[in-house]
Amino acid sequence: MSPLVTTWLTVLLVLVAVAMVLAFARVVLGPDLPNRVAAFDLATTAALGLLTLYAMLLDQPMFLDVGIVVALIAFVGTIAFANRLEEDLRP
Amino acid sequence: MTYAALTLASLGTAFLLLAAVGVVRMPDLFTRLQASSKAGTLGAALLLGGAAVFFADGPITVRLGMIGVFLVLTAPVAAHALARVGYLAGPPDGSSVDELAGRYGDDHRLD
Repeated sequence: MSPLVTTWLTVLLVLVAVAMVLAFARVVLGPDLPNRVAAFDLATTAALGLLTLYAMLLDQPMFLDVGIVVALIAFVGTIAFANRLEEDLRP
Repeated sequence: MTYAALTLASLGTAFLLLAAVGVVRMPDLFTRLQASSKAGTLGAALLLGGAAVFFADGPITVRLGMIGVFLVLTAPVAAHALARVGYLAGPPDGSSVDELAGRYGDDHRLD
């Protein structure tokens, strides 16, 4: 892989990391649980992007299998949180 | 070929960044979900497409396609579930139209 491609991928990696940090800023700021869960969902999407870019950078497609698991867990986690929050709201 | 992949990956990164900025800057839960679910999914899907072009290998493309389809199927469901809970907890203030007002009963079902 040429140095240009490596540099380009590294820059993209950093930018996706910035997106993840911004998402986590919303997790910290809140103000309530649905906002935090929504932001965390975006953070896991960014994690999936990081894994994809890392797989390209290292030329290791194995990381993509991790991506499948991350996508699965993120969905199940978000739905579980939404369900729990709704149960709490029930009279 | 590598440059096509890098272009796709760059577009995906841009959309992910936009989604993150939207989540930080938007004023309430519903607009934040709007930013994160649409732009975030598109960004991740473009990144996956970039990887598919980058590796240019059958089995890997199938795997990436699986992640992409799964993402496109689940992101709207998750966003809808969260928005529903957000609405039940407290409808948005400052919106001029609320067509759901009074339509949710105690059992959280629409009439």
